[in-house]
Amino acid sequence: MTDGDDPGTDVTDDDDPGTDSAGSRARSRTDERGRIRITGFDADRVRDRDPLSERGDEAAGGTNGGTAAEMDGRWRRGLRRFGRNRSAMTALAIVVSMATVSLLARPVEVLGVVVQPFALAPYDPTTILYLSVDPSVSPYDPPSWRFPMGVDGSGRDLFSRVLVGGRYSISIGFVVVGLTASFGLAYGAISGYYGGVVDEVMMRIVDVVFAFPGLVLALVVVATLGGGYWQLVVAFSLFGWAGYARLVRGEVLSIAEREYVVAAKAIGARDRAVIRRHVAPNALSPLVVLASLNVGSVVIGVAALGFLGLGMDPSTAEWGTMLDATRETLIQGPGGRIPWWATVYPGGAIFVFVLAMNVIGDGINDALDARTTGVGRDGRGGRKERDGGDRGDRGGDES
Amino acid sequence: MSLRRFVVRRALSVVPVLFGVSVITFGLFHLTPGDPVSQLVALNPDVSAAEEARLRERWGLSGPVWRQYLAWLSNVLVGDFGRELRTGRAVSGILWRRLPETIVLGVFGWAFAIAIAIPAGIYAAVNKGRLGDVAARVLALSGVSIPNFWLGLLLILVLSLYLGLFPVLPPSRLPLYHPETLRYLLLPGVTIGTAAAASVTRVMRTSMAEELNEEYVTAARARGLPERTVVFKHVLRNSLVSVVTLAATLTAGIVAGSVVVESVFNWPGLGSEFVRAIDRREVNVVMAITLVTAVAVVLANLLADVLYAVLDPRIRYD
Repeated sequence: MTDGDDPGTDVTDDDDPGTDSAGSRARSRTDERGRIRITGFDADRVRDRDPLSERGDEAAGGTNGGTAAEMDGRWRRGLRRFGRNRSAMTALAIVVSMATVSLLARPVEVLGVVVQPFALAPYDPTTILYLSVDPSVSPYDPPSWRFPMGVDGSGRDLFSRVLVGGRYSISIGFVVVGLTASFGLAYGAISGYYGGVVDEVMMRIVDVVFAFPGLVLALVVVATLGGGYWQLVVAFSLFGWAGYARLVRGEVLSIAEREYVVAAKAIGARDRAVIRRHVAPNALSPLVVLASLNVGSVVIGVAALGFLGLGMDPSTAEWGTMLDATRETLIQGPGGRIPWWATVYPGGAIFVFVLAMNVIGDGINDALDARTTGVGRDGRGGRKERDGGDRGDRGGDES
Repeated sequence: MSLRRFVVRRALSVVPVLFGVSVITFGLFHLTPGDPVSQLVALNPDVSAAEEARLRERWGLSGPVWRQYLAWLSNVLVGDFGRELRTGRAVSGILWRRLPETIVLGVFGWAFAIAIAIPAGIYAAVNKGRLGDVAARVLALSGVSIPNFWLGLLLILVLSLYLGLFPVLPPSRLPLYHPETLRYLLLPGVTIGTAAAASVTRVMRTSMAEELNEEYVTAARARGLPERTVVFKHVLRNSLVSVVTLAATLTAGIVAGSVVVESVFNWPGLGSEFVRAIDRREVNVVMAITLVTAVAVVLANLLADVLYAVLDPRIRYD
């Protein structure tokens, strides 16, 4: 389309063989017909003219929904649609309140300073009740007014532990998804945009990472690094980005073909600007859907490691770790009473949180994809919606 | 591209991936401080330096990393995964003993998932928007969200402890081919298959519902074909394509799930061996199982892609 070697060349359609030989007369003729005419185009020179090319970006994007203003509109429409989705809003309320409750469960201290003074949980989650609170309490006391969720096998208040337990799982879930999604976005955008050998190599790496089930790798990483909060974050982040990378790359491949990207490139915008301003924002909505669905699977993964005894310290009030402690009693058969509460409540907390997260993910999917269907851009609206949904499902099952 | 060429090309593309898999597996264990020998030395402080060097030599832990890697890889390629550090048993023997258990469990999980999900997905799509569809969707969403270890514990709690329908855990396990094994297989199998069943139901429902809107469906109905023929002969076949694409990912999920579920039910497969090996820091066992897992997933991916190309010829021309 462009002829960068010769700064003076007209870039017109070459249907008419007379254009070149007839010289300037023919040029003016095509002008009159209203054909595209670019004079003095030199890709190398334009690359240096930063402000102009930036302005060109905006102008090029404006025709096809790539500008900041239109992006805002798209997200705002999605937001409104999400707000009308009653089950998604309920789920959002559940997630927010669970996060808030776990934060307010016990006071938070940072470097000895109390940042958060509230204590919704009646007891300290690590206090062994029969030692320091009330000698009449025994391990596996059933739920009562004083201990709404009963007492666990070590004589600690389950209610307090379940409230506090959200801190670890929920925050790790969001931190990991934030880290992996942003890395995956950059990785996928670069790979898809440059294509060729770069793409080939980068995607082979993704294939390799994908070959390991996430939980297996996380187990290995935790086994070498040891348990603990940041070790868990590393374990799930180190290889968790591959799904996002693959998704974004696919999106970018289709976006790179669109007119507004071609136009931006033709005008001479730098690769980095094109990726940042046009490609990445447009690949964002499927990424957001996948990310929201992945929070749940990371939370399950963290709990699974805890359950296998490899997550946090065994005495920590973390949901999965709490289940690990009760499994032995359950498996070895009941010595009389069956302490169902020690299993039902911590696991139920994980389940409710992940369920709510998945409902939110589905809600975001509907809210953002409906736009594509509505506009029917490039005639691929419906197809895209389904792809997004499928990927979401796959994302949800990694662990 | 002919199907055969596609298959050959796709199969060849597995080679670099497998190479990368071996590099990561090796790297994970050898770039971290504390190799097995230094662990052993830490356990018995009276090992002399000469003995330590001899041990390293014997286990291929001396020399530069790339040489160690090559030594390891050439052993692995002929099926030698080294020995357990503590007992000295060959790791490959452990693999061969544990693998069938995991395969049986996984296959059962898959069978359960398919048996539940395909009919449920069809039913939900055909009755879209009605009560049955809503119920199927809620159940599928719950199935995707439930942590498999919790589901396993709940099943034990309700079915074994309260109702006494199943043995909690076998005191000593029977051989796999024994008919009684099915009773022990049922709970872990259902536990491991639930997530896959839920995902397949969701995908099946979406893709069926979409296919039902296609023009060829209207055409088939207009020709007067009975609804059953339309749904089961035309739509079902096309919807299954998207399930196949999902299959590889779900296989990875089942493999990862086996680690957790086997630990819940004390199922003596690769998964529970993996957790035990991690606890005991049996590096060779952990490496071997990691590698086997990854290779299994790569092969499952390959199989799914080939199946996909058979079902949907368009994919071959990409």
